[in-house]
Amino acid sequence: MSEKEKEPLFSKKNKKLITDPLSENNPVTVQVLGICSALAITVSIEQAVVMASSVLFVVATGNVVISLMRNLIPDRIRIIVQLVAAASLVIIVNEVLKAFLPDMAEKLSVFVGLIITNCILMGRYEAFAMANKPWPSFLDGIGNSLGYGWILVVVAFFREIFGAGKLAGFQLFGNSIADKANGIELTGLYKYGYLNNNFIILAPFALFCVAIIIWIQRSVNKNLIEN
Amino acid sequence: MKYDKNSNSYTIIFSVILVVVVGAALAAVAVGLKPIQDANGVIKKKMDILSALGIESTRKTANDLYDQYILEEESIVLNTKGEKIEGKAFDIDIQKEFRDKKISPEQRRFPLYVANIEGEKIFVLPMVGKGLWGPIWGNVAVKSDMSSIYGAKFDHKGETPGLGAEINKPFFYEQFKQESISENGAYKKIKIVKDGSGSQPGRVDGITGGTITSKGVEEMLDRTIQVYVNYFATLKQ
Repeated sequence: MSEKEKEPLFSKKNKKLITDPLSENNPVTVQVLGICSALAITVSIEQAVVMASSVLFVVATGNVVISLMRNLIPDRIRIIVQLVAAASLVIIVNEVLKAFLPDMAEKLSVFVGLIITNCILMGRYEAFAMANKPWPSFLDGIGNSLGYGWILVVVAFFREIFGAGKLAGFQLFGNSIADKANGIELTGLYKYGYLNNNFIILAPFALFCVAIIIWIQRSVNKNLIEN
Repeated sequence: MKYDKNSNSYTIIFSVILVVVVGAALAAVAVGLKPIQDANGVIKKKMDILSALGIESTRKTANDLYDQYILEEESIVLNTKGEKIEGKAFDIDIQKEFRDKKISPEQRRFPLYVANIEGEKIFVLPMVGKGLWGPIWGNVAVKSDMSSIYGAKFDHKGETPGLGAEINKPFFYEQFKQESISENGAYKKIKIVKDGSGSQPGRVDGITGGTITSKGVEEMLDRTIQVYVNYFATLKQ
């Protein structure tokens, strides 16, 4: 498909499709989409990475599929067709996770299925893939899901460190739970009275975290501030 | 384009083709991945049984550890009256039998696993019940005196995080280690209480805000353990 295009694969316009959603047009911090999952699964980096990759697969593949069919889809049922594409891709992701990452699938539980309701998906299908060729649509999908993904990972990074005292499952500050019966004692920082902040594990903190990212982003890039 | 993209007939044909293609693709994925998912389920079941015995296992080590500790030949199946019936313990899917409306409570079967921990025979009683949002399940390990609890472990499908979901945390299931399932051979109920009297014998502290899940655990223990106590009584005679 790319041979037919006169412009190079990574022309300035195409590059912008990837870089724009990372900052200036970030789906989470600027468009404020996909917040629900950003709250729910950002308690550990691992979960955030798996979730972000799942969304990446669904948005990028879905964008290409919808874009390939864009001239065939009847206008009246186009939203339903997009929904079918989204739903089937999400089911595939869910089945694959259950088969190859069963523990992760258990942790993410319903949130994999809820990718269907992630507004970023339908937004990209309807707003971009329906009107563009497959290659730009693919890049747009990658760009938007990376924009979504890096926010998840950053939020998860802070939540896991300060909420659970871990990073990617590795204990940073020592052993936090004492079990006298089995002779397990507090170690590291916990011995001196440091405690994990349980509030950070709860969903509201993710909102604060996203809000802080939005704050920083808007103070750097004044164009984003609405009047 | 030759055809009218917005005519009724085109729309109907398009949706029929779409549904057939998508349906076939999803069915192929589901069927293709089923064996791997089932194998994961088997390993998870082994990990659950081992964890009630206090043996930590990972997906990689579960098979070997299971073979090392569980005495497959001595593990049996019971009916609701606590009588031994034909069957292989590991083949019984108690969650499926519990869910299936066609199987009456009297027809349910009860697997009993026997483990050898440093020469002592430990019995593992698997169980399943209802939480607030969905199924809960667990395994209770009983010492060779057939009364004192060696260890217990519970899990759930979708209980409320921070509340009912806490039944799979050590602070809850470790309490059962001080309990016993029978007194002088007669069944003794383990009460899950709200008033903080959990340190007394026969009582376990429930979870604040997780009352329905806690009650679910109590009901599950009560209903299941009686069957096994009946069986243990016949062994002692």
